[in-house]
Amino acid sequence: MNNTSTLTVQNVVIGVILLAALLAVPHFLKLYHQDLLIYLTINVLAVCSYRLVTLTGEWSLIHAVMMGVGAYTASLLFIHFGLDMWFTLPLAGGVAALVAALLCFPLLRMTQFYFLIGSFAAGEAIRLTWIEFVGVFGGTGGLTGVEPPIFWGIDFIDPIPYYYLSLAIVSFSLFILYRIENSRVGLTLHAIHWKAALAESVGVDAWRYRALAFIVGSFFVGVAGALKVHYLGSVSPNQASIGFMVFILIWVIVGGYNKFYGPIIGVVVLTVFDESIRSFEVMRPAIYGIVLILSILFLPLGLESIPGKIKSWFGVGPAPQDPPLTDQ
Amino acid sequence: MAILEIKNVTKQFGGLTALNDVSFQVEEGEIRGLIGPNGAGKSTMFKNIAGFSIPTKGTIVYQGENIEGKKPHAIAEMGIVRTFQETTLFQELSVFENALVGSHIKGRTDVFSAILGLDKQKQKAAADKVRDVLEFMGLSERQNQLASELPLGSQRALALAIALVSEPKVMLMDEPFAGMNAEETNHMMDLTRKVQESGITVVLVEHDMKAVMGLCHYLTVLNFGQVLAHGTPEDVRNNEKVIEAYLGGTK
Repeated sequence: MNNTSTLTVQNVVIGVILLAALLAVPHFLKLYHQDLLIYLTINVLAVCSYRLVTLTGEWSLIHAVMMGVGAYTASLLFIHFGLDMWFTLPLAGGVAALVAALLCFPLLRMTQFYFLIGSFAAGEAIRLTWIEFVGVFGGTGGLTGVEPPIFWGIDFIDPIPYYYLSLAIVSFSLFILYRIENSRVGLTLHAIHWKAALAESVGVDAWRYRALAFIVGSFFVGVAGALKVHYLGSVSPNQASIGFMVFILIWVIVGGYNKFYGPIIGVVVLTVFDESIRSFEVMRPAIYGIVLILSILFLPLGLESIPGKIKSWFGVGPAPQDPPLTDQ
Repeated sequence: MAILEIKNVTKQFGGLTALNDVSFQVEEGEIRGLIGPNGAGKSTMFKNIAGFSIPTKGTIVYQGENIEGKKPHAIAEMGIVRTFQETTLFQELSVFENALVGSHIKGRTDVFSAILGLDKQKQKAAADKVRDVLEFMGLSERQNQLASELPLGSQRALALAIALVSEPKVMLMDEPFAGMNAEETNHMMDLTRKVQESGITVVLVEHDMKAVMGLCHYLTVLNFGQVLAHGTPEDVRNNEKVIEAYLGGTK
């Protein structure tokens, strides 16, 4: 948790190569895959913001719905007020954060499994509101007609500019999430996770920090939701279903939730993998399922633990620890 | 003047009375021992003082202010910090990070300062404080190790360090000597004395009689949720009722 400077030559070189690769990659893809790349970029923000919520040890099932809150907010602001993306993006995050803040009062009375179920119920209540209030939210069909911005003479309806825009916004958001985790606030969140009572005994208001993680995480997934709807053009209750929530969970767990970059690896690898087995059509869910089970069995700490494991086989560096079975 | 006054505290769990009309005062600067057989209500008393549990009846006054019913973090902020039975640490964090959590009250920051790095000054002060306390506790060499890798004696010292970093006025120590060998006990006794000499009032729940008799200035003995005796270690040692409670009555 110490803020040590990591600006070494090696890191700069890696950073430059990574950036070049990220900028170059859409030029090698077909249109369909360019779309997929944009959604992948947005999903990276969804999983990383989810990790912030899980830092205190509370796993929610409402994150996908919060992404929907962001998407609906952006859509309504665009459709009714003609606000373009520069305004809808922060406002979508703000509304998601506000909804989260209100939900803190009932939800954070619960912890662990009860919080999980409670958050699911709250999420379904929000989703049903979208379905039932047809006049405002468009019912099961949702809202359509949302457009990307036109700025500096660039029409962001084209995938490559929109990808660059998403990449910039997501990168900036990740930078902020990273700063939070590596600050005193992040240390406190970790402390609450491992021993809430001990943290409270030295003055930590655990409730407030749980609320903070939930609100900030919801803000960023709200931004992700807005970013998605401005490209996709429409939002429906189905996008925020428990099915998508389960994907967020899978990406985070398979990637590894102990490190900041774990969920990023998870979402990227599984998305690419899912695409690469597209030709097996009928077998696809089965293959996907088997890979998930195998990865959780043999890599309980996620894909991010592979380099550490390889190092320990060759006797350089310590063996990675298995995750604790209980957090107490 | 008494820094902490327990006035007629009763705690009931359903039909069970864990504390029955308990009253005692803790003087500023002393080491006070709270002893008694298993189930006497010592830990329940601690939980009530530190806000982890609320008394059914009675008041707890700290520096002239009623604190019963306040949340643990609020009580910690007022200067009463507890340590836990056995080794309660952030096992997955380093020794330094463990102690750093203890500096929460002075080192806490809001999200925006954290993102923009506006709290550098504050965090540096907190880190300096942590280094001082780790030095004081003899843990400096181990500051980068994981808490879970420490031997028992050092783990207890670290638990003490976390509490100390928060700069408490009153420290409630719950069985700090449990499971320690003679050497570790002596070391822990020295540390506890150093804590008291630095101006902190210590209240100690402990079964290790050697440690209790050697450390405490004054003892309060609980039995079946009631105060059985007050006095200096010498008085208590010779108190008929206390001997009976510990060794079993002959009547």
